Amino acid sequence: MSGLTLEDAYRVAKLAALELSEQDAHAMRDQLGAILDHIAALDAVDVSGVEPTFHPFASQAPLRADVAKLSGLRDALLAGAPHADGPGFAVPKVLDGD
Amino acid sequence: MQSLQELTLHEAAAAVRGGDISAERLTQSYVERIEKRGRELGAFLAFDRDDALEQARAVDRARAAGKQLGALAGVPMGLKDNLCMRGLPTTCASKILEGYRPPYEAHVVERLREAGAVLIGKLNMDEFAMGSSNETSAYGVVRNPWDRERAPGGSSGGSAAATAARLVLGALGSDTGGSVRQPAAFCGVTAMKPTYGRVSRYGVVAFASSLDQVGPITRTARDTAAVLSVIAGRDERDPTSSTQPVLDYASACGEPIGGLRVGVVREALEGCDPDVVASIERAIAALRDAGCDVVDVQLPNAKHALAVYYIIAPAEASSNLARFDGMRYGPRVSASDLRETYARTRREGFGPEVRRRIMLGTYALSAGYYDAFYIKASKVRTLIRRDYEQAFTRCDVILTPTSPTAAFKLGEVKDPLAMYKQDIFTLPAPLAGVPALSMPSGLSRERLPLGLQLEAAPFKEDVLVRVAHALEQRIGLLPAPASFES
Repeated sequence: MSGLTLEDAYRVAKLAALELSEQDAHAMRDQLGAILDHIAALDAVDVSGVEPTFHPFASQAPLRADVAKLSGLRDALLAGAPHADGPGFAVPKVLDGD
Repeated sequence: MQSLQELTLHEAAAAVRGGDISAERLTQSYVERIEKRGRELGAFLAFDRDDALEQARAVDRARAAGKQLGALAGVPMGLKDNLCMRGLPTTCASKILEGYRPPYEAHVVERLREAGAVLIGKLNMDEFAMGSSNETSAYGVVRNPWDRERAPGGSSGGSAAATAARLVLGALGSDTGGSVRQPAAFCGVTAMKPTYGRVSRYGVVAFASSLDQVGPITRTARDTAAVLSVIAGRDERDPTSSTQPVLDYASACGEPIGGLRVGVVREALEGCDPDVVASIERAIAALRDAGCDVVDVQLPNAKHALAVYYIIAPAEASSNLARFDGMRYGPRVSASDLRETYARTRREGFGPEVRRRIMLGTYALSAGYYDAFYIKASKVRTLIRRDYEQAFTRCDVILTPTSPTAAFKLGEVKDPLAMYKQDIFTLPAPLAGVPALSMPSGLSRERLPLGLQLEAAPFKEDVLVRVAHALEQRIGLLPAPASFES
């Protein structure tokens, strides 16, 4: 068994920025536990000396020049936002005080 | 004249180009069919009849003005709802993108427009392409046109069902672990997941970036070839798109297949439905008759694909889906502080399967588990890739079933792990990056479509459509589903 606990479920939910009800936490523990038990079969595979594949063909991620460009889409992007304020997204206050 | 709905995409495009039918008349016939029959299947999430007809009239005007028409001019097509298109919402069948209208278009959508295709609507899917039955959509299930009590497969369920029911001439789906191939098999149509990098992912809402590819869903191999020719090729906006030359896939259809070597993994057939096994045996016999050499091949690590996939795909998804937090698009559920607002928005916006995969991926990437899960899986992925490299020294294509069974009933597969196991044949190809095609292999005793899968070496899509086209000539295509005959 994976030994996944309720505490694990709450810890992972916090990392994933997902609210988790008590009912959700029990379901996640049981369902993820079953999937992790299946995945545990990989423990038996010998991968000594094997390089990981992160991308099917490239040996490293292809890079492009880091050049800023204007998209010309600011107004259209802001129109799709839940809250916009002038030229930017309006978000809840992050820092205390003014 | 035969019904317009019975023309294949290739035939319809030729008829529009030759002036035998107008794009408007062809599109009108599909618009009427969608309005009359579309709701029965739940395949469409968005549809704009006036815009579709205007696109068609633009094709007719271009023809009247003597302009050269594109390869898909006047052909009504649908788009899976994770492909950004101007004019209609792109929701990924998720509440977290409810009403979102992208201000730009996916590369594949631009390519279809340049080729003259009439983009008729957005098609239902499993939420964020996570599912094998289309049941995880936040906007209702899609029904299989062959039996409305059954699933159309997933995640491109709407694309496959609409193509099979003759509501569109073809569609684009996306495939991360089998999401164009398995629904194509369940609905009795043809679909291809191209080689990783063959098609640009620009404007495709990302699920698992090292696996995702857009692919055509059509009624025939020749139609799949025609659409692939349009969407394939380098795009600077997706640095992982390949500079390998795009081949003439349509011309490959019709080339003889004698002398090609077909690899069969015998152990893979164990545990499949007997009707599936029988249909594969018929296909093997047909390929032998056509002069192919049938050889046994082994993919010893393919049995690990399910475990590897359910680490790598959720890990990549947990990162890609972090952007959906209610700040820049979609609805926001406000709470006392920013963290609570994120957590509540995501709890309300994502359905259970998406939350499950985000949790799984976050766990696999978290401190203390990264090496044991993510790195280990990425190393076993290398072994799967090597198995294919080895196998393709012995054969030109590998033949397997697409799915171990025909379409299951809606609601029948409740356990998440049991649902994941539906994809055992389609998961290895994206992990290895190789192209794979699903085509109809016959009907089960219950008169449900069965599918076979062909896999080839990287960038050998031409071999896939060539073999599929030759097989169609020998084992036949499926008719329209009985209740959707024209």
